[in-house]
Amino acid sequence: MTDTVLDVRALRVEFPTRRGVLTAVDEISLTIGKGEILGVVGESGAGKSMTGMAILGLLEPPGRIAAGEIRLSGDRIDNLTEQQMQTIRGRRIGAIFQDPLTSLNPLFKVGDQLVETIRLHSSLTRAQARARALDLMREVGIPAVEERIDNYPHQFSGGMRQRIVIALALCAEPELIIADEPTTALDVSIQAQITALLKRLCRDRGTAVMLVTHDMGVIAETADRVAVMYAGRLAELGTVEDVVRRPQHPYTAGLMGSIPSLRHDESELQMIPGSMPRLGAIPAGCAFNPRCTQAGPKCRRDIPRTDGAGAACWLALTGETV
Amino acid sequence: MIRPILEVDALERRFDVSAPWLNRVLERKPRRTLRAVDGVDFDIPPGQTLALVGESGCGKSTIAKLVTGLHPPSGGAIRFNGDPRKMQMIFQDPYASLNPRWRVGRIVAEPLRTLHPETPEAQVTARVEELLCTVGLSGADAAKYPHEFSGGQRQRISIARALAGEPEFLVCDEPTSALDVSVQAQVLNLMKRLQREMGLTYLFISHDLSVVRHMADVIAVMYLGRIVEIQPTRDLFANPLHPYTRMLLDTIPDLENPRRDRAPMGGEVPSPVSPPPGCSFHPRCPLAFDRCKAERPERNPRIHDRRVACFAATGNTLEAAHV
Ligand SMILES: Nc1ncnc2c1ncn2[C@@H]1O[C@H](COP(=O)(O)OP(=O)(O)OP(=O)(O)O)[C@@H](O)[C@H]1O
Ligand SMILES: Nc1ncnc2c1ncn2[C@@H]1O[C@H](COP(=O)(O)OP(=O)(O)O)[C@@H](O)[C@H]1O
Ligand code: SF4
Ligand code: SF4
Ligand SMILES: [Mg+2]
Ligand SMILES: [Mg+2]
Repeated sequence: MTDTVLDVRALRVEFPTRRGVLTAVDEISLTIGKGEILGVVGESGAGKSMTGMAILGLLEPPGRIAAGEIRLSGDRIDNLTEQQMQTIRGRRIGAIFQDPLTSLNPLFKVGDQLVETIRLHSSLTRAQARARALDLMREVGIPAVEERIDNYPHQFSGGMRQRIVIALALCAEPELIIADEPTTALDVSIQAQITALLKRLCRDRGTAVMLVTHDMGVIAETADRVAVMYAGRLAELGTVEDVVRRPQHPYTAGLMGSIPSLRHDESELQMIPGSMPRLGAIPAGCAFNPRCTQAGPKCRRDIPRTDGAGAACWLALTGETV
Repeated sequence: MIRPILEVDALERRFDVSAPWLNRVLERKPRRTLRAVDGVDFDIPPGQTLALVGESGCGKSTIAKLVTGLHPPSGGAIRFNGDPRKMQMIFQDPYASLNPRWRVGRIVAEPLRTLHPETPEAQVTARVEELLCTVGLSGADAAKYPHEFSGGQRQRISIARALAGEPEFLVCDEPTSALDVSVQAQVLNLMKRLQREMGLTYLFISHDLSVVRHMADVIAVMYLGRIVEIQPTRDLFANPLHPYTRMLLDTIPDLENPRRDRAPMGGEVPSPVSPPPGCSFHPRCPLAFDRCKAERPERNPRIHDRRVACFAATGNTLEAAHV
């Protein structure tokens, strides 16, 4: 497919520790096309952020990519030097994190930060870059940009700061944006503004977006496809309609059932018994088997995998668990 | 009428957020007051759950702190018609609220020892074991430290500790906001079961409307320190009356009926230090008219479970519809 922007194949991220090697991301394969939003969901510790950090080349040592390949518009990027990766980040991949303050320097005016970033990635003059910064600020919905461009980050609200971070991520017109819980720290009304903005940018510019969030509602209204992660592995990958309405994996189904409804009265919420295993204690076979009501002998023996579509579950893959 | 267990009348809490004295003098800055809670009334009958819902900074946690006595009110009154020792609080952050150096057994036993200092040690141990089982942990967990537990398990420990004080009334400030949805379901089911079995009363705080819908009998929607609308849960969802409630319900993503073209609510919550005059929602309100900019819709303190503070959603509509 020529339109594939991000192609991740069998990615494995490991953390060597005193007690042995922990596998935080275990053979994840996924793609994101031009203008597509891929949602990535899962409980905390499922490996969502580590997948994003591996793609950005920002894994903190001793964390490392132990296997697999990452391609950006066809180019391998998982084996580049830090220096090469620095040019890729910002220019070809933009990043948006949960806390906008981690991406902004409190000591510089937001306009100067935008101008610096624009000039780093282009040959524009200072005046041209400033005009472009004003355009970007307008595009992400900052009111009265002529006044606000010379403000410092602390003079903006949380939602406005996150808009500035998005503007920064857009400076170099990247092919891919990795947004890790970009709205988690924001109010519901601001959250909706930011997701609407991401959707619009993705549509208008054809940017590929990896949207990491734990909010299924946001995924249902924003993403085109969804990847559900569990204990470092891909549990299910499919279109948003399929995964939300017709989940194939027992974990995804349980997850959907545990979310309180806005429309129906439920005396009890559906519960998945137990909790996600810690990295050092992932059971043999399917990582979900101790919590799965449908687990059979095969589930305790062999790891089910999905290669880019469907559910990583023996029941879904073969119709049986023996 | 059953006598409410908690009665809150015209409650106010102001904070002085002025610059330090020297700066005020040198830079001629005025004193600044933040009205975190600005005239709030509600009642909670025994065995019921009243939820406060609203965006960050609207005053929910401040009300929780006023009710539990962690802050003194600047105005108004709180009447608790029960044994004040039987009020307990559960906080949002199950990590910060448990002493990391104490074993779980000691953490859970603490309110019990405060309430009945003469209890023999063997009886305390037995009670702690019983409480841990009630919240779905095991007696053996008493010997462990908080860091050995997951977030959901720590919130269970907080609940066990709250129950050890034999509460009648629990103030729960975002008890599941730090938890994953699957863990949240476990904690919410537990809280509902305990309410059924022990007849507990909850003041339940959350910013999540779906959680509030599941838990509450009555919902109070807050905006900038005030209750803009209060209705029984079912009615609030079927017939939201305040334009802010409607916008909130229109804005939140709905898993069961996703609307990918949903138009977001414009604007932001203004600063509570200098709220807009008149109805503080008027800069964002699609129905605002001249009166809203000049005059503040007053609350009707006589009606406690069905009220809207808005000139457009008139009292008549309300009364015709419900009262
Ligand atoms: N000790 C304090 N001093 C000054 N201002 C305060 C203090 N405590 C709270 N405030 C302010 O009072 C307002 C209400 O705060 P509160 O913590 O009650 O909000 P909340 O509704 O619980 O918000 P959240 O959803 O973010 O928890 C906010 O503007 C807050 O900044
Ligand atoms: N420096 C580290 N050493 C060991 N394990 C780590 C380290 N950083 C992250 N992990 C583990 O990797 C797993 C995935 O983490 P992460 O990707 O951050 O999860 P999330 O899905 O919540 O974003 C977690 O179990 C986490 O504890
Ligand atoms: S593979 Fe087996 S244990 Fe795993 S989810 Fe499917 S049925 Fe359950
Ligand atoms: S009083 Fe006026 S501004 Fe306030 S909510 Fe009602 S219509 Fe809107
Ligand atoms: Mg994360
Ligand atoms: Mg709060």
